[in-house]
Amino acid sequence: MLLSPAILALILVSVTVSLMLLLASGFAIQIITLWDINSGSEQQLVLERRTYLISTLLTWAFVAELVSLLLFVYNAESMSGQFVGAMCATGVLNVNVWGWPTLFLKMIVFFSGAAWLTLNYLDNQGYDYPLVKLKYSLLLLIVPLVIAEFVVQLLHFQEMEPDVIVSCCGSLFSSESESVAAGVAGIQPRIAMLAFYVSGLAMLLSGVWFLRRKSGGILFAVMGVAVFVISMIAIVSFVSPYIYEHPHHHCPFCILKSGHDFAGYFLYIPLFVAAVLALGVGVISPWAKVPSLAASVVKDAPRLAWLSMALFAMVYAMSTWMVLSSSLTMQGVWW
Amino acid sequence: MTKFIRKQRYLIDFTLSSLLRRKTKNLGLLLVYTLIVFILASVMLFTHALRSEAGIILQESPEIILQRMVAGRHALMPAEYLEKIGRVRGVVRKEGRLWGYFYDYATKSNYTMMAAPDKGLSNSEVIIGAGIARVRWLGIGDFISFNSFDGKTYTFEVKEILDSESELVSSDLVLMSETAWRTTLGVPEGYFTDIVLSVRNPREVSKIAGKLTLKLPDTRPILRDEILRTYDSVFAWRQGITFVLLAGAVLAFVIFAWDKASGLSAEEKREIGILKAVGWETGDVLHMKFWEGGIISLSAFMLGYLAAYVHVFYGSAVLFEPVLKGWAVLYPEFHPVPFIDGMQVATLFFFTVFPYTVATIIPIWRASITDPDTVMR
Amino acid sequence: MLIELNDIRKVFNQGKHNEFSAIRGISLQIEPNKVTCLKGASGSGKTTLLSMIGCLSRPTSGRITLGEQNISGLPERFLTDIRRHTFGFIFQKFNLIQGLSVLENIMLPAYPLGTPHEALMDYAHSLLGHFGLSRLSTSPVEWLSGGEAQRVAICRAMINDPEILIADEPTANLDSKLSREFMGLVDDLHQSGKTVLITSHDPIVFDSPVINRVVEMCDGQVLKDEPCY
Repeated sequence: MLLSPAILALILVSVTVSLMLLLASGFAIQIITLWDINSGSEQQLVLERRTYLISTLLTWAFVAELVSLLLFVYNAESMSGQFVGAMCATGVLNVNVWGWPTLFLKMIVFFSGAAWLTLNYLDNQGYDYPLVKLKYSLLLLIVPLVIAEFVVQLLHFQEMEPDVIVSCCGSLFSSESESVAAGVAGIQPRIAMLAFYVSGLAMLLSGVWFLRRKSGGILFAVMGVAVFVISMIAIVSFVSPYIYEHPHHHCPFCILKSGHDFAGYFLYIPLFVAAVLALGVGVISPWAKVPSLAASVVKDAPRLAWLSMALFAMVYAMSTWMVLSSSLTMQGVWW
Repeated sequence: MTKFIRKQRYLIDFTLSSLLRRKTKNLGLLLVYTLIVFILASVMLFTHALRSEAGIILQESPEIILQRMVAGRHALMPAEYLEKIGRVRGVVRKEGRLWGYFYDYATKSNYTMMAAPDKGLSNSEVIIGAGIARVRWLGIGDFISFNSFDGKTYTFEVKEILDSESELVSSDLVLMSETAWRTTLGVPEGYFTDIVLSVRNPREVSKIAGKLTLKLPDTRPILRDEILRTYDSVFAWRQGITFVLLAGAVLAFVIFAWDKASGLSAEEKREIGILKAVGWETGDVLHMKFWEGGIISLSAFMLGYLAAYVHVFYGSAVLFEPVLKGWAVLYPEFHPVPFIDGMQVATLFFFTVFPYTVATIIPIWRASITDPDTVMR
Repeated sequence: MLIELNDIRKVFNQGKHNEFSAIRGISLQIEPNKVTCLKGASGSGKTTLLSMIGCLSRPTSGRITLGEQNISGLPERFLTDIRRHTFGFIFQKFNLIQGLSVLENIMLPAYPLGTPHEALMDYAHSLLGHFGLSRLSTSPVEWLSGGEAQRVAICRAMINDPEILIADEPTANLDSKLSREFMGLVDDLHQSGKTVLITSHDPIVFDSPVINRVVEMCDGQVLKDEPCY
């Protein structure tokens, strides 16, 4: 177990977020069972006012998750010096089996939180709160994710044993951990690039379809998530080597460093926001038939779709530019 | 969208004026908040600075240090071991070092004594660290005496005072010629403290270290990377321990914040009642209150961090002096290279702003759900 | 906009031992562009009724319709939205926020609407001019006299240009001269097309010629409902 401030902070956050969600889900259960929008009773008023508390808790939990995702990556980066063979964050995540699952869970919690808050926003536009029971049932589904994140992260930190000089001899005999970045980057760059551009095109087409026909919002969301995943793989597989100008350096984290002009932020921030917005379209668009929500669905869903497409386009433009302006040439090797 | 932004601007405007109207209450909160940020940030910046200083120093140190072990303890290294090592591929340079400690009764402090053959010192000349110069009021050309191991006193002329970029290690350093060193500290000819080896290719370091242990089974090689790694985790661990110790302070602060947020004065309650009555919605009051928390947090964070920054990087962490003096009388006056990094800021955020926010969520929500018709009762 | 109340009841502390019925089955229509007075002793339920009409609280049962819209079942979020566009409130104790200037107090209800700042300032200044308060716009409200505070409260009620003005015991803290002046202002508002709803047990109010209709209440029920001429 390591006891650095960043690790303490990460554990503190996941404990707090879990508690906040447990509190929120306690209220959610009350709302699911007792909610009656037509009642003028004091109890109904109390429940209505609790919805404000729940969405506030969720908003802050979501913000905390986002910052903790960043901190988790920064921390992994900074700990790389403490493990033999760990050159950067990737190596630290590979230190035990819990590293990558923690990162993925954090991302999943981030996306489900964003989706829930979008649904909540939509429901608050309808004077009869038509989705109230649905959204609080969904909230209950996020709770296990958050708790799982807490447990997995704790295991990840607990099973870390840094390679430190011991008094009998130097730690020379500590084994070199297996090759680091290779596992993530196993995918052929050519395939990754093909998938990257084809899926992007498909996503844009589904967006255009959605904007013209006002249907297929869920398809757009699915495409958005798919493009998000493929883009991540693409960044690892071929974009990052171009940024590093080194054909075998595939790390998805080092591009966040100043040495590479913080290129990673220009890719990840639009990518994450675009995926969240696409997900939002999928969450909002199915409710156009509910009378009290129709107006805001018609107003908001296309807006989200536009923004999402614009940001995805930015990711594509950015990564294409990064590949083209790199002095690394891989013609004949990769394509 | 513009409407939303305008609305938030109005809310911020109102929040600022309401903060100013309750100056004393908010000033108290701001002060405590800033103090918490200041303490935690100082600890973080300071330990990080120590660590990176150590790193900078180690950059120049040799890749491998070879120590001889006798009965599990560090022992003197016979000079013939240098020959025994022979020619190892990849080793650029190998040499024996002479260093040790000297306890000075006059200042009740330990000096690090080191032989520096390459400095061209005569047997009656020394170079001393700035810390020693300070406590003993010495300048160049002054004389300093050391009691040797066999009870004699030798006097040396100060030829130079080390004015290193980083005083951290050189503060208590005394450099002298090899003969002078051996005479004062009593290590006989033919023995060294340890052997250092420089290696050209860092990838070969561990392979070379492996060869050395085979050739000289009673020695242990210490690699520079290992020292760095150990520093890394030791400093991280120290910071962690300090934070655990400071957790009490953070907790007290959280309780204080909770109390401040939930103990609204009659005046504030009335104000929120009025706002609700004239058409502010629960969400508007919530936003307003979170802006309030945000403004306080931001100011406290900036002020505290800035103060810590100045404290550590320009004031050589004077507040930590009493603590560190426990183990080093020759407290180094060191001015580490200033830096800020995202991880520290994020960590600090989670130790200060985040607990504050969480502690105030429920009190703020309670205030915001005031019945809009309270003012009519 | 016609306000229609249908068998309105309001119970406090529902299901507890101190359960208390404040309004017990009131049905009423309040016509637009009239000045209506709810008259009754304190505890008669007139303020509770007023707060339900003004969307400040919800009836336990019954139906309130405002124009076409049923507002009795709306969640607070939407009630507030209707309230701030439709109603302006003048409270018994004026309820101005101490420490803020007259101008700031007047603009408060408009903040959550995100009205453009210049337009809002212009409108606030024109209101202040109309009520003869221009020279006081930057003074803190604690410097104001009773009559001035009252007029500031009216300006605040008008800032979102509501259709209906609600005044709860507006003359309780005024002497009779100022009370008569207030009724004069109410007449102005009425002339400019506003619907005004006043609760009071002050004869200067309910006997005033400005009032079109007096609804007398007792123990949560309507005792007498008569138009005045």
